[in-house]
Amino acid sequence: MTVEVVLPAPLLRLARVDGPVQLDLEGTATQRALLDALEERFPALRGTTRDQRSGRRRAYIRFYACSRDLSDVSPDEPLPPEVCEGREPFLVVGALSGG
Amino acid sequence: MSGVRVLVGTRKGAFIITSDGRRESWNIEGPHFSGWEAYHVAGSPANPDRLYAATSSDWFGQVIQRSDDGGRTWDTVGNEFNYVGEVGEHQWYDGSLRPWEFKRVWHLEPTADDPDTLYAGVEDAALFRTRDGGRTWQELPGLRGHGTGPDWMPGAGGMCLHTILLNPQRPGRITVAISAAGVFRSDDHGETWQPINRGLHSEQIPDPEAEVGHCVHRLAVHPANPDVLFMQKHWDVMRSDDGGDNWREISGDLPSDFGFPIAVHSHEPETIYVVPLESDSERFPPEGKLRVYRSRSGGGDWEALTEGLPQEHCYVNVLRDAMAVDSIHPCGVYFGTSGGQVYASRDSGDTWQAIAGHLPPVLSVEVQTL
Repeated sequence: MTVEVVLPAPLLRLARVDGPVQLDLEGTATQRALLDALEERFPALRGTTRDQRSGRRRAYIRFYACSRDLSDVSPDEPLPPEVCEGREPFLVVGALSGG
Repeated sequence: MSGVRVLVGTRKGAFIITSDGRRESWNIEGPHFSGWEAYHVAGSPANPDRLYAATSSDWFGQVIQRSDDGGRTWDTVGNEFNYVGEVGEHQWYDGSLRPWEFKRVWHLEPTADDPDTLYAGVEDAALFRTRDGGRTWQELPGLRGHGTGPDWMPGAGGMCLHTILLNPQRPGRITVAISAAGVFRSDDHGETWQPINRGLHSEQIPDPEAEVGHCVHRLAVHPANPDVLFMQKHWDVMRSDDGGDNWREISGDLPSDFGFPIAVHSHEPETIYVVPLESDSERFPPEGKLRVYRSRSGGGDWEALTEGLPQEHCYVNVLRDAMAVDSIHPCGVYFGTSGGQVYASRDSGDTWQAIAGHLPPVLSVEVQTL
């Protein structure tokens, strides 16, 4: 299946892309599988959304899809069907903070 | 000498400022890594076109960038900095203990002979090394594991390892400085370490003979005289003539002995520079006058260098890694400010010109003589 990932501007520049990214996933599409595929395709993004050793989401990174905050959903939960079917993007968002 | 390349790290990216050997007109190029905090940009002495940049973000973490063409293009390299073994605990501001946690790279120190080998000083304080051009990084855990960790604590900017001195005359000797732990030295390529803080006295530490806990802001050394170390401490400018075994104060007649950077003239090992600041709360130049102070006698006696620097209403800071020298005759001296100015002197500090006026707050300045 092909899922669409929307990245914040600093990560777009780091990955050298200028818009949403299409990723092909095999098997059950989970947040972990999605981030694994993202980092495999764009090694420059390793460690920028989650800790490389523990896999824990970075504190100021949030994940959204289908108008839902998926930040604290287990990374091994299946992604929403709309994301898996390519009808809704998976959003990686840098938290607003500091005014 | 064909020219100089000034590598400027700022809160919002890095800039490269170049000039020919006359150092009269300057070209600013950047920002690189726009929006990222560029704590340090350093060039390899073995290959001046090999540059490394330590960029970080509270949101996206640490990224190391590498250039093989003098900074025109950059590629990310490895950014995994894992502590070896037990992470241990250090003091927090309130005296409680907290586990070590990697936050960012503060300083990169390329080696003299190999562009692929360099050291990284990080927060929370530790020393890492790469031998493959930054692809992978390994901690030298003997420093963090020295056993005094529970007495280390963060300075206001974090618990950072900010200075790395590689001794050109004694292979294997590495000297590092940590805020706020002090100075440590290894004579076996970083395997084992000893604190070398004898003679440092810090009002905030109850034990006047404390082995660690000192807020050392910066060390500087002349490569031809590597056993003579100069230090800007939180308070006090200090000097050691025996590689750090013993320290004595050389603040002399400075208007304030608080400051961050310290640098040594490239051709005169006893000529040193500091930028005094008011503190503890102010951290701006005394009387609103931006003055570099130079000692030509290895400390003690200081003269104010003011020509070309603002002498009224100036309230900027100059951070620890934001001063450097070139190796042209006469020596060029450079520093950057929290107001985004970069000043250069092409006559050992007698006169200054602003070579950049409105950059983001400057975190670091390095100079390559090409």
